[in-house]
Amino acid sequence: MKLTCKVDVHHLSRVEGHGNITIRIQDGKLEEARWEVVETPRFFEAFLIGKKWDNAPWICGRICGICSIGHTLASIRAVENAFGIEPTEQTRKLRLLLKHMETLQSHILHLYFLAAPDFANVGSVFPLIETAPDIVARAARIKLLANDICDCIGGRRMHPTRTIVGGFTLLPTKDELRGHRDRLKEVMDDLVKTADLFRSFTLPDFIRETEFVSLKGSGQYPFIGGDLVSTDGVQKREQDYREMTNEYIVEQSTSKWSRLSRKSFAVGALARLNNNFELLHEWAREISLSFGLQPVNHNPYMNNMAQLVEAVHVAAESIDMIDELLDSEFSEPRQPVAARAGIGVGAVEVPRGILYHSYEFDDTGHIINCDCVIPTSQNHANIQHDLQELAEHYAKKGRKDRDIELLAQMLVRAYDPCISCSVH
Amino acid sequence: MAGTTHNQKNFLGVPVAKPRVAFFELSSCEGCQLQILNNEATLLDFLSLVQVVNFREAMTEKSDDYDIAFVEGSITRKDEVERLRNIRQNARVLVALGSCACFGGINQLKNRFDPDWVKRKVYGNSPVDTDKAQPLEEFVHINLRIYGCPVRKEEVERIVTNLVIGKEIHHPRYPVCMECKANENVCLFDLGEPCLGPVTRAGCDSWCPNSRAGCWGCRGPADEANMEQMRKIMAEKGFSEETLIDRLECFGGFKDSVDRIRKGQP
Ligand code: SF4
Ligand code: SF4
Ligand code: SF4
Repeated sequence: MKLTCKVDVHHLSRVEGHGNITIRIQDGKLEEARWEVVETPRFFEAFLIGKKWDNAPWICGRICGICSIGHTLASIRAVENAFGIEPTEQTRKLRLLLKHMETLQSHILHLYFLAAPDFANVGSVFPLIETAPDIVARAARIKLLANDICDCIGGRRMHPTRTIVGGFTLLPTKDELRGHRDRLKEVMDDLVKTADLFRSFTLPDFIRETEFVSLKGSGQYPFIGGDLVSTDGVQKREQDYREMTNEYIVEQSTSKWSRLSRKSFAVGALARLNNNFELLHEWAREISLSFGLQPVNHNPYMNNMAQLVEAVHVAAESIDMIDELLDSEFSEPRQPVAARAGIGVGAVEVPRGILYHSYEFDDTGHIINCDCVIPTSQNHANIQHDLQELAEHYAKKGRKDRDIELLAQMLVRAYDPCISCSVH
Repeated sequence: MAGTTHNQKNFLGVPVAKPRVAFFELSSCEGCQLQILNNEATLLDFLSLVQVVNFREAMTEKSDDYDIAFVEGSITRKDEVERLRNIRQNARVLVALGSCACFGGINQLKNRFDPDWVKRKVYGNSPVDTDKAQPLEEFVHINLRIYGCPVRKEEVERIVTNLVIGKEIHHPRYPVCMECKANENVCLFDLGEPCLGPVTRAGCDSWCPNSRAGCWGCRGPADEANMEQMRKIMAEKGFSEETLIDRLECFGGFKDSVDRIRKGQP
């Protein structure tokens, strides 16, 4: 039993954005465990007001550089839902394919560049370039492919240019798609090796029961639109997302917090997997079981493994989707857009969890209200409660301050937080 | 490799020291930094050219000893001014990375409104600290700008290479249209779409028009921009002043032109 603990991490590294961790245990009593978000807010929800609908996806994609594709697609979906536009099957498939490749590149970036250094006991991926060149080359190969496909379908890998309300400005050629399908098949082997690598790491044995919120798949593992669901049995419609997120303002954070059935909930890969395990591609399900990962898993560090499982899922499903696209006759890339008054919501599963954009338009298609709820802000309260219990748990076990500091950092990193995005 | 000091680079037989490079972000989407990590094909070559000593998004180690600082994001709060001044003191070369740093970027769209209204709109009556969104040069001297939202990784690498070998860095003076024509794209105006290509600084290789999407001027005005002509084209093709302003004001680079149009001046 260890009686005191003092941890101060200022601007936690290898996460996106700025956050601090503070832990104090005195005479065996937890005095403080804080996850603090100190990022400067940018006020997208205010400065979008007065802009016409076509500005929304272009501007809102810039909420986040890592998941700009997800933001763009959520924004487009919100506008289309407000105007009553149904995307064509072709648009739907291309958007999902684009989304999948963003998921793949983001998960791989997190797994290899942000999370793995902790397990390998180094401060960054850079020393691994010399000590483990094969591993770094493998990570780069998978990411490169995912990014190349994003370039091909979205126009560019970040802040996409081709994605618009109504469809796409330009379609990929079938030759391009064929080439990408073949590279995806090759990359499956790299993903299996990634799983082997992560199986060689020991995950901290910390468990805290929580509620998991995600989209609910119907027939397919969910990424774009549909009903919302939680492991505590709550189910809501997409347009009623506010009843799921219940955002509130706290002093320790410039990001808002969320709660549902309990004092906090979690979103992200682990939440999606916990709610939709049966819908995973069979290859992905196999990998998941090989990690002993099945629903409902309450170890927050398992989010890393859930990302890996999803990486396999999106790659496998993308191969199938490209085959379907190749077998079909391409139709017009875009459909006409007619603005009208109304409210539209777009819910999209981005790498870090469920993302909502909602806009209200006047009858000329100008934005009169705007609300964006970011996955990381939904996770902040859960990170805070994990942190408290984790500090107590490991202090009781007599772990050193240095160990607790590392475990706390790894915990926050496991959520793969996107802080500047949560303070948009 | 990063973090070590061995390994001198040669350029045409002349040894070149590996500069110590640091990356920082202020109010931003972190996309410009990510563009550099996102460049799998040439990332390793790039890393062999410099010594990365500070890159919070990718590494835990930090150092205040660096030659070149890349700063992404705009200034929206007082503590950011402090951070920026510190960086300026430490760095020999300070590079403004991306439209947020060069012009205020997307963030400066909030400057259209009363700051108190902006705060209340998002945070109700809870206190939050925020000021106008401003570019870096409002506070410190900038040695170099890399334009774009996001920056183009090829351009960053070219500029860094030139910095390392001590070559002068020039930005194209001509507009995006030149690159677009060289790329043999169909002009968007002929497809009924607006485009700021005629007045925007080139260097992106007409990134958006290549995908049949009009330019929004993320790189700011070209030296040879003819705004009068631009306004005429837009009007002739039937686009409203609002459409023109939406694009011109999106990234902050055309602030003066927008002010003039709003005031009804030529
Ligand atoms: S310039 Fe654009 S891409 Fe770069 S940080 Fe700013 S918003 Fe992000
Ligand atoms: S599409 Fe735009 S950039 Fe290209 S030629 Fe036309 S106006 Fe110029
Ligand atoms: S075409 Fe225009 S908006 Fe697109 S990247 Fe180039 S300068 Fe920026």
